[in-house]
Amino acid sequence: MEKILVGQLAELAPRMGKEIIVGEQKIAVFRLSDNRVKAIENVCPHKQGPLAEGTVSGEYVFCPLHDYKINLNDGQVQEPDEGCVRAYETIVEEDLVYVMV
Amino acid sequence: MKEKLVLIGNGMAGVRTIEEILDRDPDRYQITIIGEEKYPNYNRIMLSNVLQKKMTVSEIITNPLEWYEENQIELINHDPAVHMDTTNKKITTQSGKEISYDKCILATGSRAFILPVDGAQLPGVVGFRTIDDTENMLEASQKYQKAVVIGGGLLGLEAAKGLLDQGMDVTVVHLEKWLMETQLDEKAGKMLQADLEKQGLKFLMEKATQKILGDNRVTGLAFSDGTTIETDMVVMSIGIRSETTLARTTTIEVNRGIVVDDFMKTNVPDVFAVGECAEHNGNVYGLVAPLFEQGKVLADVLTGKEAKPYQGSTTFTSLKVSGCDLYSAGNIRETEGINSIEAFDGINYTYKKIFVRENQVVGVVLYGDTSEGNRYYNILKKNESIEEYTPVSLLHMVGEEASADVSEWPDDEVICGCNGIDKGTIMTAINEKDLTSVADVTKHTKAGGSCGKCKSVIGDVLAYALGGEVVSAPTGICGCTDLTRDQIVTQIYAKKLTSSDEVYRELNFTNPEGCPKCRPAINFYLNVAWPKEHEDEKESRYVNERLYANIQNDGTFSVIPRMRGGKTNPQQLLLIAKVAEKYDVPMVKVTGSQRIGLYGVKKEDLPKIWEELDMKAAGAYAKAVRSVKTCVGANFCRFGTQDSMGLGIKLEQRYEFIDTPHKFKMGVSACPRSCVESGVKDFGIIGVENGFQIYIGGNGGTEVKEAVLLTTVETEQEVIDICGAMLQYYRETGIYAERTAPWIERIGFEVVKEVLLNPEKRQELLAALDQAVEGRRGNPWDEVVEDNKTRQELYTVGRA
Ligand SMILES: Cc1cc2nc3c(=O)[nH]c(=O)nc-3n(C[C@H](O)[C@H](O)[C@H](O)COP(=O)(O)OP(=O)(O)OC[C@H]3O[C@@H](n4cnc5c(N)ncnc54)[C@H](O)[C@@H]3O)c2cc1C
Ligand code: SF4
Ligand code: FES
Repeated sequence: MEKILVGQLAELAPRMGKEIIVGEQKIAVFRLSDNRVKAIENVCPHKQGPLAEGTVSGEYVFCPLHDYKINLNDGQVQEPDEGCVRAYETIVEEDLVYVMV
Repeated sequence: MKEKLVLIGNGMAGVRTIEEILDRDPDRYQITIIGEEKYPNYNRIMLSNVLQKKMTVSEIITNPLEWYEENQIELINHDPAVHMDTTNKKITTQSGKEISYDKCILATGSRAFILPVDGAQLPGVVGFRTIDDTENMLEASQKYQKAVVIGGGLLGLEAAKGLLDQGMDVTVVHLEKWLMETQLDEKAGKMLQADLEKQGLKFLMEKATQKILGDNRVTGLAFSDGTTIETDMVVMSIGIRSETTLARTTTIEVNRGIVVDDFMKTNVPDVFAVGECAEHNGNVYGLVAPLFEQGKVLADVLTGKEAKPYQGSTTFTSLKVSGCDLYSAGNIRETEGINSIEAFDGINYTYKKIFVRENQVVGVVLYGDTSEGNRYYNILKKNESIEEYTPVSLLHMVGEEASADVSEWPDDEVICGCNGIDKGTIMTAINEKDLTSVADVTKHTKAGGSCGKCKSVIGDVLAYALGGEVVSAPTGICGCTDLTRDQIVTQIYAKKLTSSDEVYRELNFTNPEGCPKCRPAINFYLNVAWPKEHEDEKESRYVNERLYANIQNDGTFSVIPRMRGGKTNPQQLLLIAKVAEKYDVPMVKVTGSQRIGLYGVKKEDLPKIWEELDMKAAGAYAKAVRSVKTCVGANFCRFGTQDSMGLGIKLEQRYEFIDTPHKFKMGVSACPRSCVESGVKDFGIIGVENGFQIYIGGNGGTEVKEAVLLTTVETEQEVIDICGAMLQYYRETGIYAERTAPWIERIGFEVVKEVLLNPEKRQELLAALDQAVEGRRGNPWDEVVEDNKTRQELYTVGRA
C-alpha cells in the first residue's frame, strides 16, 4: 500500500468531492461537514457515474446521474439498489490529507 | 327551471350545508352565495395557526374560487346583504344587487363582542374573527411592542399565543379566577395558566376593564380596582354575539340568535338558518361540530330526504397552542346530582376529571394528555351506562393499550368530532377510493379538516385499514420531513431561518444534512426569502448548477454559450469553431432552443473553454430563466406583425440568470402561425396586429400542457413587466422543481391572472424581483474564470 498525498485539508471544500487519479484508479475524496475525510472509488457501480460530483449528506454520497446512495465508510450501495465500490483508508496529518492506495 | 337557493354568509356553516346539498342532489338548485368578506370560503378555526405563523392564508382556503365555478354557484362576494323582503322573496346587497329566492339560508355567523366601555372605538382595539383581523394583528405586531388580550377563553389565549410568537409582550386580562372557566375546572385552568406563563405570557386575573385609554390610539387600560396597564394594542376576546342584523329587519323571530326548529326552519316560510347565527332550543353554539350537524339536517330537508330532527349537540373544546394539551367536553360543573372522579399525576403534570350523573358520563376535562379525548367523547355521546365500572376503573378503563388500538373500535366510534365522521365512514372511503394518506382521507371524508387534532388517529385507522403497514404519508417535500413546502417557507420567515443548517435543525428534519431532493429546494427557498442574508450554498446545488455545465451520461459536460433571442454572428461562430477544434470536442450540435452546444467536454477544460469563448452562459444547466426562442418575425417574414426577435432579446437581457423553482422557457412568435411554439412555453408571446397575446403555463416536457391566454397588451414594455411579475410570483409561491403548469393549477389560474393584471401588484412584484436579484446576475462563467480558488477546488483533478 502506498500513502498518496491528496493536498491540504483546506483545499477540499466541505461536502463537495474531488477526483484523484492514481495510476488506473479513479478515487473520489470527500471532506464531510465534521471535517473527517472519506475516499471511495469514483465510479458508480450503476452506470459509472462520477461520484465526486454527487450530493454529500452525512456519511453518504448520492450519485449525480441516477441517485444511488452510497455509504462513504464502506462503499456499500444502499437499499433498494445494490452493489458496492471500493473504499479507501484516509489519513489526515497536520492538515495534510492522504489516501492509502 | 331550477329552484333558486340563496345562501347569505359565505362562512363555515353555510358553505358546508351547500356541500352537503351538492352531495345529495347536485342538480336540484340554482345556487347563489352572498358573502361579506372578500375571500372565498375558508377554515376560520385555522386563523389561530395563521397568527402563530404555522400556516399561510392560502393554506386555510377550503373552497377556492374554482369550486364555485365548477359547481355553477354564483358568488356575490365582498358585498353583504343589507335588506331582505320575505314577502316578495328578495334580497338586496350593499352595492344594490337584487337577488330573488325560492329558498333562503341565513348563515351569518357571529361577531366578536366588543365591551361597551369608553375608548372601545379607538384604533388599536381589534376583535379576532376574520382573515382581515388576523392580518391586522400580524401587521401591528411588527410595529408595536405591547399587547393586551381581554378574555382568557379559547380565542383569547390562541390570539395571545400568536402575538407572543410574533415577539410581542403580551398580557391576558381575565375577569374570572381561572382561565377558560366554562370549559375547565379550577385545577385544569390553573395548570394551563402555569404552562402558558412558562411560554412567556403574562396574566392579570380577576380584573374588570373599565376604560380603554388613549387619544388617537389606544395607550392603555384602566381597571375597576383603579390600576392601569400600558399597551399599544387591545384584542377583545370576551365572547361572540350572533349576527342577526339582517334577520331583525324582517318578521323572522330572533332571540339571542335566529330561532329555528328541529329542521332548521325559521318561523318564516322557506327561510332557514344554520351556524352560529341560529338558536335551537335556547342554545346558540360557538363551535363547528354542531354547525356541521345542523348542515346535514338542513341538507336533508332541502333535498327532500327524510331528515332526522336535530336534537342539539354535545360539544368539545381543545386549545390550539402547542405545549398546552387540553380537552373538555360536556357538562363540567358539579351541580346537584353530578359527581366527579379525578386523577392528578404530578410527575407527568397530567390531570383528568370525569363528571358522572346517574351512571352516565356527562362531562370530561383532560389536561396534559388528551389522547383519551375521543374515547370519552364517544362514551358521552352514546350515553353509555358505566354501571360495570368502579370509579377507579372508569378513570383508567381506556388504558394505554385499549385507546391505541383502533382495530378494536366499533364502526360508529366518532374519529373526527368537528365533522362527526366515524370510523366506519373512514374505513369505507379508504377501501372504496384506495386512499393512502391522511390528506386523502381528509379530502374525501372531511375528517381532520377542521381543527386537525384527530389526524394522528386517522393515521392509525389508515394503517389498520391498509393491513398495518405504515404508510409513508406523501405530505412532506421528501423523505427527510413531513412538512410541506408552504409549512417550511412559512417557518423560514417566522423563525428567520437564514441557512440550510438552521432549517434542518429548527424544523427537526430526520436527516440532519438532508438529501438531494430537499437540499437544493431549501437553498432555493432561502435565496428567495433572504436574498441579502443568505449565501448561496454551492454544496447544496446539483452538480449542473454547481459547475455551470450539464453533466452528461459519461461524466463529461456540455458548454452552451448564450445567444440572446437565438441570434448569432460570424465572430461568435468562428470562436465556437476554434474552441471545438482546439479541445477536441466530440460533438457540436444545434440545441432544441436555438443555441449551439458543445458536448463531451472534460471538467478540467471547462474554465479554459469559457475563457477563450468569451461569451456568456446560456444557463441551460439551471432551474432558471432559460434562453428565449424567437422567430424571424417582421424583420423578414411576410406574415410577421411584430419584431419578435427584438422583443425576445429584450426579455432575455432583462431576466437572464434569475433562479426560478424550475426552468422557465419563453418563446416569441410574430404571428399566430407560432413558429416557435409559443403555446407550449411557460411564457409565450404571439404578436398580432394590435399588440401581443401573452400565454402562460405551457409546458412541453414530460407532461405536455397547452399555455392559456392571459391577456393581450399593446406594448413591449407591458409584456416585459408582466413577465417579470410572473417570474417573481412563481419564485415566491412555487414549489421547488414544480413547472409553471402544475403551479398555476395549484394556485388557480384566476388568482394568477388577477395578480399579474393588477398594475399595483405587478409593480410590487417587479420591485421585489429587482431587489432580490440585485448583484446576483453576473455571468457565472466569468466568475469562475477569474476566481482561482474555485477553479482549483472544483475544476481540477488530482494526479499521482
Ligand atoms: C380564531 C378562531 C378560532 C376558532 N377555533 C375553533 C376551534 O378550535 N374549534 C371549533 O369548533 N370552533 C372554533 N372556532 C369557531 C368557528 O370558527 C365557528 O364556530 C364557525 O366559523 C361558525 O360558522 P358560521 O358559518 O356560523 O359563521 P362564520 O364562519 O363566521 O361565517 C359567517 C359569514 O357570514 C358573513 N356575513 C355576516 N353577515 C352577512 C351579511 N349580511 N351578508 C353576507 N354575509 C354576511 C360573515 O362575514 C362571515 O363570513 C374558532 C373561531 C375563531 C375566530
Ligand atoms: S410565427 Fe408568423 S411571423 Fe414568425 S416566422 Fe412564423 S409565420 Fe413568420
Ligand atoms: S451511474 Fe450512479 S446512479 Fe446511475
